[in-house]
Amino acid sequence: MDKFEKLTGVVAGIDRPNIDTDAIIPKQYLKSIKRSGFGPTLFDDWRYLEPGEPGGDHAKRRINPDFVLNQKPYDQAKILITRENFGCGSSREHAVWALMDFGLKVVIAPSFADIFHNNSFKTGLLPISLTADQVEQLFLELNQHVDSSSGYSLTIDLAAQAVITPAGVRMSFDINEFRKHCLLEGLDDIGLTMQHAEQIKAFESQYYSKAPWLL
Amino acid sequence: MMSAQTLYDKIWAMHEVRPDIEGSGLIYIDRHLVHEVTSPQAFEGLQLAGRDLWRKESIVAVPDHNTPTIGLEFGITDPVARLQVETLDKNCDTHQLIEFKIGDERRGIVHVIGPEQGATLPGMTVVCGDSHTSTHGAFAALAFGIGTSEVEHVMATQCLIQGKSKNMRITVDGAVADGITAKDIVLRIIGEIGTAGGNGYTIEFAGDAITSLSMEGRMTVCNMTIEGGARAGLIGCDQTTIDYVKGRPFSPTGENWNKAVEYWQDLHSDDGAVFDREIHIDGASIEPQVTWGTSPEMVVAVSQLVPDPASETDLVKSGGMQKALEYMGLKANMAFKDVMLDKVFIGSCTNSRIEDMRAAAAVAKGRQVADTIMVAMVVPGSGLVKKQAEAEGLDKIFIDAGFEWREPGCSMCLAMNADRLDPGERCASTSNRNFEGRQGQGGRTHLVSPAMAAAAAVTGHFIDVRKLT
Repeated sequence: MDKFEKLTGVVAGIDRPNIDTDAIIPKQYLKSIKRSGFGPTLFDDWRYLEPGEPGGDHAKRRINPDFVLNQKPYDQAKILITRENFGCGSSREHAVWALMDFGLKVVIAPSFADIFHNNSFKTGLLPISLTADQVEQLFLELNQHVDSSSGYSLTIDLAAQAVITPAGVRMSFDINEFRKHCLLEGLDDIGLTMQHAEQIKAFESQYYSKAPWLL
Repeated sequence: MMSAQTLYDKIWAMHEVRPDIEGSGLIYIDRHLVHEVTSPQAFEGLQLAGRDLWRKESIVAVPDHNTPTIGLEFGITDPVARLQVETLDKNCDTHQLIEFKIGDERRGIVHVIGPEQGATLPGMTVVCGDSHTSTHGAFAALAFGIGTSEVEHVMATQCLIQGKSKNMRITVDGAVADGITAKDIVLRIIGEIGTAGGNGYTIEFAGDAITSLSMEGRMTVCNMTIEGGARAGLIGCDQTTIDYVKGRPFSPTGENWNKAVEYWQDLHSDDGAVFDREIHIDGASIEPQVTWGTSPEMVVAVSQLVPDPASETDLVKSGGMQKALEYMGLKANMAFKDVMLDKVFIGSCTNSRIEDMRAAAAVAKGRQVADTIMVAMVVPGSGLVKKQAEAEGLDKIFIDAGFEWREPGCSMCLAMNADRLDPGERCASTSNRNFEGRQGQGGRTHLVSPAMAAAAAVTGHFIDVRKLT
């Protein structure tokens, strides 16, 4: 996993609560046995005016010009802002892969669904929870920049746990220390756990002596 | 002396390899259920890193999401789906894992076959790359869905890095009325707490209305915990649980059975255990439920009218309701008997067990699917459910009534195979998600119980199944 560096990027907004993982990446694309290539079908039902199939040429499909990620400069967005409970529904990590493959690095929302939140850290996508009022403020500022060709940008400083607006306003966010450390260092969870292999084996020996029917 | 613990706290403590500091707890996983959609990238990851599986016997694998429910004798005709199922077969063969392949009567939906085989036992930690793993919490097992990176992590280490969640208890007091099912109970609960209400929690279900449910009913309730935002749902172990588990292929026997049963006696929350949040629902107030929108929290009793966004004071919510009504092609204040249906789906990991088949067949018996319904399909949860239903003559009841009787699989719950809605089609479905496009792009899903779905099939519209004449 790449280290999560401080970044400044264009913000795209999708002003809806409860965006589910079926909306983020529809089921037909889950037939893939790969981890990559999901970017062109991120938010597929909203992004295109005609249905798509896995393996199809998505560049040839009719796009929905009203959908934000089809518009400049938001097609280059690195940060997504949205409303509460983002990523609810299925456990498909493909949702995170699709957001990352599109080029997004950060999602800001008042809250996230638990499994999506967990999955995000595994691939290096940073989910930031701000208060509903702060998210509302970001939407207001974003909407004031709709006519700007360069859009609205935010700076994300994970080490300092801050979202910084163009006016220099800092919004601080909470993140669990372990997850922050893993993202900043680009650490692989499996490698970390393997360091505890002896402890796992010791656990097993006492566990199966107490619960032999599970052996 | 130990202070009073919740069931969740107990199971966590039993499996804690390393304590949780800042979300970094390491817990041991007993059972890993695997299917074709969320595992190929995990197997590939292991291979690329040169890692082996830690405990192969913890895995039970089955293809279910992508498998056709008709014409299986011709194999899978969709080449992309076929490759995915073949990849699972190949991975299981390479690593010598237990898999119920196509053609095996034990094959079915992963959350149906786990309990059916006794692969899910009380007190276990159970994971699967599927959010409806919460189903197994019905057995007082800590069970939750994980993403593909975590699938790989469990394969490699038998553990997961987890932060401990908070405890919530939802007590459904008293008895429910006759004709009210587990599905109505859980839909009502989701309507009450909202689709994000359980975020960050493990939810324990309690109360007479819950403990009087069969294991099938308890699985339906725990299955939809994730629709209320919580990764895991739990119900304490009692005699109903133990009776169900006994004698199944993976269940312990002999002296091990006695030891296990003794151990399982403690799998309930202690008196005086403190929950971070407690909710009470009056069982007697629960009516047959039907969803009207594009989130499972958008649910009302079938006797009520389709809600009116104008009566909602919260502007974000009101806007969401308006969007949902537009997508669903409904008008505020409509009666549900005026909502005409195109398709009916009875199946999914929520409602495809033998009791669900019986409940739907009891309604279908001697009746006919309405002329206006294009397709009404019944998809049993496993080959063994199908066999049992056929032994009871339920297949004949369905077929005589004009339903299609299919092969087991996830089918139209998520429409990865050919079973799906076309744009604008409206479906009464016993599945678990009414999201936009869930059952096919542009499709409109209403979630109901099996009995309500069968009643909708024979009338062509929604009706309180208790009033069917």
